[in-house]
Amino acid sequence: MSGHSTYKPSNGFTKWIDSRLPIVRLVHDAGVSYPTPKNLNYWWTFGGILTLCLGIQIITGIVLAMHYIPQTDLAFASVEHIMRDVNYGWLLRYVHANGASMFFIAVYVHMFRGLYYGSYKAPREILWILGVLIYVLMMASAFFGYVLPWGQMSFWGATVITNLFSAIPVVGQSISTWLWGGYAIGDPTLNRFFSLHYLFPFLIVGVVVLHIWALHVTGQNNPTGVEPKGDKDTVPFTPYATAKDALGMSLFLILFAYFVFFNPLGLGDVANSEIANPLKTPPHIVPEWYLLPFYAILRAVPDKLGGVLLMFSAIAVLFVLPWLDTSKVRSARFRPIYKQFFWLHLIVCIGLGWCGAQTPDLVITHVGSAESGINFTVTHLARILSFYYFFHFIILFPLLGLIEKPKPLPESISASVLGTAKS
Amino acid sequence: MAEIHADEPTRRDFLYVATGAFAAVGAATAVWPLIDQMNPDASVLALASIELDIGAIPVGQEITVKWRGKPVFVRHRSDAEIQAAEAVDISTLRDPQTDDARLVKGPSGQLEKQWLILIGICTHLGCIPLAYKGEFNGYLCPCHGSVYDTSGRIRQGPAPLNLEVPPYKFVSDTKIQIG
Repeated sequence: MSGHSTYKPSNGFTKWIDSRLPIVRLVHDAGVSYPTPKNLNYWWTFGGILTLCLGIQIITGIVLAMHYIPQTDLAFASVEHIMRDVNYGWLLRYVHANGASMFFIAVYVHMFRGLYYGSYKAPREILWILGVLIYVLMMASAFFGYVLPWGQMSFWGATVITNLFSAIPVVGQSISTWLWGGYAIGDPTLNRFFSLHYLFPFLIVGVVVLHIWALHVTGQNNPTGVEPKGDKDTVPFTPYATAKDALGMSLFLILFAYFVFFNPLGLGDVANSEIANPLKTPPHIVPEWYLLPFYAILRAVPDKLGGVLLMFSAIAVLFVLPWLDTSKVRSARFRPIYKQFFWLHLIVCIGLGWCGAQTPDLVITHVGSAESGINFTVTHLARILSFYYFFHFIILFPLLGLIEKPKPLPESISASVLGTAKS
Repeated sequence: MAEIHADEPTRRDFLYVATGAFAAVGAATAVWPLIDQMNPDASVLALASIELDIGAIPVGQEITVKWRGKPVFVRHRSDAEIQAAEAVDISTLRDPQTDDARLVKGPSGQLEKQWLILIGICTHLGCIPLAYKGEFNGYLCPCHGSVYDTSGRIRQGPAPLNLEVPPYKFVSDTKIQIG
């Protein structure tokens, strides 16, 4: 944790550096001697994996920008050019495109880990909020990036998303026009999205620095949720966490490589292989998989403004999570009731994702008699699941802390690891 | 400098606040060009009107033209379509509007009832509705199922408003100017 530094410059040169710019000391304190709880499991390697994802996206992105042309007549062709003519262009583009999906897989694991082990609770509220902010910036970056290849889904996805703002009373239409730089999505829109797509990853880097800074002030949470009580409960970051993170990253890269080399289009939409046509809407518009749950919430509401508000609330509620949860116990290991609702909530989120991918009037089952019964559609299911999504955070979170009787907490991390805790 | 203890704001306090306020207004003014540059530029605004010959569109058919980057539907309505649009009880509509209010007068001074001109963008989330589809044989949006009638008025589904009528006028019997 922050505070005292254990770095000792070993020779005259490093002493000279250290008294002028203590950068070696910074790296040593943050990445070598930083004490980590000794019971961290593999779910804790996703922070490192996410840093790797961000690095991969920035490097491949900068290279792709050397070949891409942000102009509506040429954008689609320039992407084809990258795929066919540029040396290793296919590899760079597939890594970048699938990298976005991998980034979101990792961030969802990271977030649900935080939810399970109560990592958002005091004193880690700001750490959590910065994380949610990174998530929001990631979604914006992904959205801008998805428009750039100028396929059918790029164009119509952008149309639907930018039209969300037109739901705002009075000024909505002016905001949409302002975002477009015209009266529809066109050249000005594509150009500014390219500019912003290049900017946002560096904003993410900035917030990641704050996120890691906040992490190093509070220290990491751990599977017991009990704060380390001294040196006995921690190990130095290097080599212990470094090695564990490296193994986690390697395993994750295997999954990454599977998609890049064996199923590069598996996570995308086939409609985006067709060039954007502003006069023809595809029969079924869907966002990328990582935005589907929010899309399902948007469509579950029969009112335009209401749907937009509810969708943004689904993200906004995450910011206030630390204050909605009244339980003093962090880890779900010791919260028998919360633990079950955690899994239910995960299933609901996946269910919402499924709903978002279907056409809204798809009939799931028929309820009642053949003549007078009603068809239970995807929209109905999405409404039930959306209701639970908010119920979980707004009702259950404050309530469970009051009615749940937690299991006894271990005395310390060491006691828990050595199995001496009586529980 | 001697310290001044006064309950009343001093002339110096006033100067601080005035200077600060002036700087804040100056900074805000400097931000405006950065915001306004994103609005439609002069070249986009210059393309704001088009002329169109509609003489060749047969009754019961529709063409789509591009105006300001948006699709515009030009529909030559049949008598049955006009009657269906006029027969609707306005009070039952989500966005109440008579059929006549959505048409313009021709050179003769009469309403050109057979010509329906609409911006072909669903008022829900901006998809393009399909013509001659849906319960009222007007328009059906394939994205989220909004249904419009033969006057382009919203009848079913999530869209809040009628299909927008662009500003247009008849420059001759068979020619219109949109924009």
